[in-house]
Amino acid sequence: MAALCEGYTLCGLVPAVNRRSSEIKGIEEERDSDHVIVTDSSRSVTLYKVSDQKPLGSWTVKQGQVLTCAAVFNRLTNEYVAVSDNKVIRIWKEDDIILDKAFKATVSADVWSVHCAHGAEPAVLFQRGAVRLLDSLLSAPQQPVEEVLVQDEAIRWSTNIVTETQQLVIFTTELKGDHFLYLQRLKPNSVQKYRLEPEEPALSPLSFWASYRDKNICLLYLYPNGRVYQSLVSVRGPAPDDGAQAVPLPRDQLLSLPVGEELLEAASAIFLDDAHVAVVGVPHPSAGPGKDFLCIWNTNFQTLQAAKEMAGKLYGQLWSFSSKLFIPHGKALSVIPFACPRSSLALALGKLKQVKTEESKTSTVVPSWNTILHGEEAAPPKTVEARKTRTTRKTQSSLSLTIDQVQDLIKTAPVEEVEKEVQELLSRQDPKDPQPSLGQLALALVSRSLADPKFYSSRALTQLVPIRCLSHSVCPDLLPLALEKRDYFLCQLCLLFFHDIPEAVTCACLKTFISLSDADAEKLSLEPDSVSFVEMLISNERAQTGLQNGFSPALCEEDRTDAVDDPKAKAKEKQKASPQQTCPVGKHKAALINEVLQTAYSEALLLPHLKDFSSDQVVLFLRYLEFLYLRYSTDGFSQMHGYRSPSLNQVMDWVCMLLDAHFTVLVMSPVAKGLLLNLQSFVRSQVRLFSELGKIEGSLQELTKMKMKKDVGQYSIEVIELY
Amino acid sequence: MGEFKVHRVRFFDYMPSAIRSMAFNSHTERLAVARADGAVEIFNFADNYFQEKVIAGRDGRSIEALCWVGCRLFSAGLDGEITEYDLENLRPRYSIEAYGGPIWTISGNSEGTLLAAGCEDGTVKMFEVLEDRIQFQRNLSRQKGRIISLSWHPSGAQIAAGMMDMIRIFDSETGHATHRLLVDRGVGASKSREVVVWSVACLNDHTIISGDSAGKVQIWDGLTGTLIRTHLVTKWDVLVLAVSQDESSVIAGTSEGTIVQFQFISSTVGQQDKLWVRTRTFKNHSHDVRALVHTDSAVISGGMDTQLVVRPLLDKVEKNTQESALRKIAFPHRNLVSCAKKAGLLLFQFPDHLELWRLGESDRNETFPVKTRTPGESLPVKRKPEKLIQLKTKGEDHICCSALSPCGSWLSYATVAAVRLYRLQISSNNISIQKVSKLPRELKSVHQLCFSSDSCRLFASSSFSSVVVVALDQTDCKYLHTLKHKSGSRQPIHILSPSEDGQWLATANTDCEIHVFNLRKMKLHCSVPAYSSCPTAVSIHPTTGNLVSVHADQQIFEFSLKQKEYSEWSRQLQRQGLHPLWLQRDTPVTSIAFNPNNPAHIMLHDVFMFCIIDQSLPLPEAKTKFYNQMILRSLPEPQRLRESHAFKTCKNFQHLLSVNLLEDLSLVVVERPLVDIVAQLPAPVRQKKFAT
Repeated sequence: MAALCEGYTLCGLVPAVNRRSSEIKGIEEERDSDHVIVTDSSRSVTLYKVSDQKPLGSWTVKQGQVLTCAAVFNRLTNEYVAVSDNKVIRIWKEDDIILDKAFKATVSADVWSVHCAHGAEPAVLFQRGAVRLLDSLLSAPQQPVEEVLVQDEAIRWSTNIVTETQQLVIFTTELKGDHFLYLQRLKPNSVQKYRLEPEEPALSPLSFWASYRDKNICLLYLYPNGRVYQSLVSVRGPAPDDGAQAVPLPRDQLLSLPVGEELLEAASAIFLDDAHVAVVGVPHPSAGPGKDFLCIWNTNFQTLQAAKEMAGKLYGQLWSFSSKLFIPHGKALSVIPFACPRSSLALALGKLKQVKTEESKTSTVVPSWNTILHGEEAAPPKTVEARKTRTTRKTQSSLSLTIDQVQDLIKTAPVEEVEKEVQELLSRQDPKDPQPSLGQLALALVSRSLADPKFYSSRALTQLVPIRCLSHSVCPDLLPLALEKRDYFLCQLCLLFFHDIPEAVTCACLKTFISLSDADAEKLSLEPDSVSFVEMLISNERAQTGLQNGFSPALCEEDRTDAVDDPKAKAKEKQKASPQQTCPVGKHKAALINEVLQTAYSEALLLPHLKDFSSDQVVLFLRYLEFLYLRYSTDGFSQMHGYRSPSLNQVMDWVCMLLDAHFTVLVMSPVAKGLLLNLQSFVRSQVRLFSELGKIEGSLQELTKMKMKKDVGQYSIEVIELY
Repeated sequence: MGEFKVHRVRFFDYMPSAIRSMAFNSHTERLAVARADGAVEIFNFADNYFQEKVIAGRDGRSIEALCWVGCRLFSAGLDGEITEYDLENLRPRYSIEAYGGPIWTISGNSEGTLLAAGCEDGTVKMFEVLEDRIQFQRNLSRQKGRIISLSWHPSGAQIAAGMMDMIRIFDSETGHATHRLLVDRGVGASKSREVVVWSVACLNDHTIISGDSAGKVQIWDGLTGTLIRTHLVTKWDVLVLAVSQDESSVIAGTSEGTIVQFQFISSTVGQQDKLWVRTRTFKNHSHDVRALVHTDSAVISGGMDTQLVVRPLLDKVEKNTQESALRKIAFPHRNLVSCAKKAGLLLFQFPDHLELWRLGESDRNETFPVKTRTPGESLPVKRKPEKLIQLKTKGEDHICCSALSPCGSWLSYATVAAVRLYRLQISSNNISIQKVSKLPRELKSVHQLCFSSDSCRLFASSSFSSVVVVALDQTDCKYLHTLKHKSGSRQPIHILSPSEDGQWLATANTDCEIHVFNLRKMKLHCSVPAYSSCPTAVSIHPTTGNLVSVHADQQIFEFSLKQKEYSEWSRQLQRQGLHPLWLQRDTPVTSIAFNPNNPAHIMLHDVFMFCIIDQSLPLPEAKTKFYNQMILRSLPEPQRLRESHAFKTCKNFQHLLSVNLLEDLSLVVVERPLVDIVAQLPAPVRQKKFAT
């Protein structure tokens, strides 16, 4: 589940009153992800250390000169490149203080922009569409530059992409309402021209974004009507037949963002990863218009994953470098870290599921008046919370390790150290707002354990599972690993907190639990609530009270007498198969099985796996289910809400499934005969009860009819009779 | 036993008026209730809460306070006058202007010698109670702000007065204010509004209890003027307080319709130091509780929702007796409907106007036997009922009684000031009403009107328990005679009942006397032996000449006018006793009628049932099922006869104001469902209800 974290301000902006875009011309990554250079539209270039929110250096061109494109950093030479007054290319190093004294070269045509991708040479894009590598251009600055674009065609946006083998400059142009995409390959030079499908009614894209993925360039563009399209362009492409022909570019609609009545004015959308798109300047679907939001959408599930309201005017500008979003708004340029972990269906559906676990969680404890009366809000007072977050932030920045660092640590460090660090990390987390990236820790732990049989950290995992940022689809190896390591407590936690466990795994758990010997099981330490529920179930065993749901053991015996004719067999039967009131399994084992009974499953998928059970296992399991059913139907157990316990319906469903899966085996097996007879008598007593209930239904309905009072108007003439 | 065609009438928009004030006289056990329209009602608590007397109201008279001084009843209101009532002639005796602006409260001292009135101008005015009137004595020192409530100390030495934002304690000897108790305003938005001390009570130990508009009940020490305790009772107003006779319990009525009881008890068992502790909360009203009385065994309350509620305190009465039952008195104990049996007309009496209606008709062809129709069925209405006349009264006085002659050609009504008689001519499409201009001057101060069955005579009960007989003919009306009895009772006659044959006239007064006059000889025929409970309905049987009376305690008597003794049936009824379920009903029987086809049938009704007593059938024993109509219905004919008993009760119709038997033997029942009354009440104060 993608998340936007608390942002912070990188620098202030002079608020642009009338302009549609902010004064920021561009932001480029510098030497690493923590340094950026910000070019503002006036005259200066500033280098910032992002995590310190602090400028490290600033360079300004002379009064009267203007920077016309964003400065870039050439990592190969550690030089900055910028263009002033369209034609003057300036190159300087960090220790140059005065820009005018640094290197300048004047070229013969107007430059649109300079691009410099990771580890590639800077490339210069001229306004008329020509592209030159910086080195070759500087070797002869006054060389003639050809015109690629026709008259009136103008560049709207450009970027630079480096693939494994190639460097590409991509730019889009507009010509009389038509939009074109140029793919300029460098070394060897070739250009490919694509034509974007026109969007009705004659709208121009508001923003473009390109990323390289799976040997394709993925172009993302947003229209003012809120539609977000994606077009894939192969890097290799067809053999360029002189590039004059514009190939139509197919597109897929990724998202249709809610825009309300009006068209968007300033907005942009960028890819965060293959499934997430960050959008700025589009209203939040549930907030009213006129509010400015930064949103993260999941394109796979079309769901809004995270949103943040931004103060002040948004300019529709957005940059993203290494899990940080840079967004100018109002009077500030803000940096907002985000996280987009791999999304599974369970997580995409996210919120809903978590609300559910919340419910089941509260049901495990005795309900407190606080939650009943004031809801969940009446937690600790706000000031405490605020203080806490402040201190955690402080510690985070000072000595303890970040998630990434812990993740690295897991790969190598011994068990004890890993456990210590994980615990420390978790203790710093706000339990209300768990970070999705914590799931990565579990993933790392599991993969280490799989790779290194000696390494297994039960403590770290049991701490990670309940924070609810994990699910089975995020970390599919966790539960099998726990089973393999006989870590049944972890299994129990997984069954409790994961909602997407495949039926095969559920069955494997069940099988393991059933075949567990009672002696072994008693040694386990399990979730205390589940155990105490079973304890209560067993201890109340003897306290027989009346009959519930119309079933009583006496009645059931009476039923049996007319089924079995032979008096001897009758007596024997009676002796042997008097309804089972002792729990056939130990309490720990029962607690584990209960956990399985409460998992979600689909019957069709579960049945084939149930068939794998041996007949002994089936009989034992059935006995246990029968025991549960008896307890529920004879006592008021089903009414006990204090504990998380399988419901009567769940028990019945499992009985039915088990009978379906093993019917022939059970019928043949002499051990199961008494059991089946018992079950049959339950069913008969229930059927009898319901038929009786059906009989009174008619009379009860009459009662409701009688209650219906005729509406007598102001006047009526009636006939009454007295006897 | 019989089928009836029933005209079920619900178009009588009777709307009782809100209860404004109450006063209870513990010696005579009479409760006086003042309503918003200025009417005063007297209930006799010793006699099954029977509404003995009603003094009609008057436009513009708004009573704010009632007060008994001995057996004399005084009221005061925003018109600035103090009124004493003539309870024998059911009219105000005199009114005295207090010259202090609107009067908010009056209170008499315990000796019954002084009457204090709290006025708008900030004065407490003392009136001396004289033999035949009251006389202004003096003013206590004048305060700023109106006097809302007053309470005498039992010794008569002090008076506590509730005002705006404060309570003043006056020395009644000197007339000076001795203490000023400041009452806190409400919190929040109501901080800026001054708090009204709606009610104060001054106890023997100089404790003063106040209830105010900020929802507080406060206990003060009257000697030192200090606040002892505050109970926040409601978010709205505490409108009224009442103290029990022994001063161990206080009740407070609120705008929410709740009544909160406080008791003076020690906080822990066995300790001596007693505190005023909030104990019980009653909720019997949907609207403001404006008036409260605390008797020894019950809480009596009334308010905006017009019902008088008697709520027994279960620690003071024996459980599961009739005394312990909650009573709600929602309807008057007298007839507001007169029916012209022969013409099929109904006359509805409202405080300030009368409505004359013609009943509707079902299919004309009544010829086919009634048996073919199934009971409980509604017949198609061929002609809808029709309002023929709406007659507004002249003047400010409200109507105290009205009558419609059986033939439907005479209509009469009376106010405190005058009697009016109209001649009606109603043909199918032409209605004329003509006032009879010259009435005999003997027709004055009338509390009950009645026409003879042949519509030739008008009987009017007048002062000193007398009956004026007036002869009517086509052109004029003529005074004939004044019937008087010699028992010496001066109480007003509330029932007039002429016999069908025109020979007898039975009268009943609130002294529980029933007198029968021979109309041929115009003199007293006999008096029925006095019974302790007031008759609520009296009627003379058309054929046997027996007088049947039903009393407030639900007893039924049959008195033979020929033999001048109780009939055999009546004696048997007294010997065997009435069925407990009959005695447990809490509304009086208000009319008696006879079935001309079957002389053994007596028809009675109260608010919740009507009943036919078949004198030929055995009386129900205490153990037999009293309401047995459902059972009888399911039995086959021969068995039915064996199972049935004399009381045949029909509960199909509820909230009955009147049941009449027309000449064609069809019944007219006039219902006024309580929900319709409630629907016309103003919205109550908004309350947060759980889970809404």
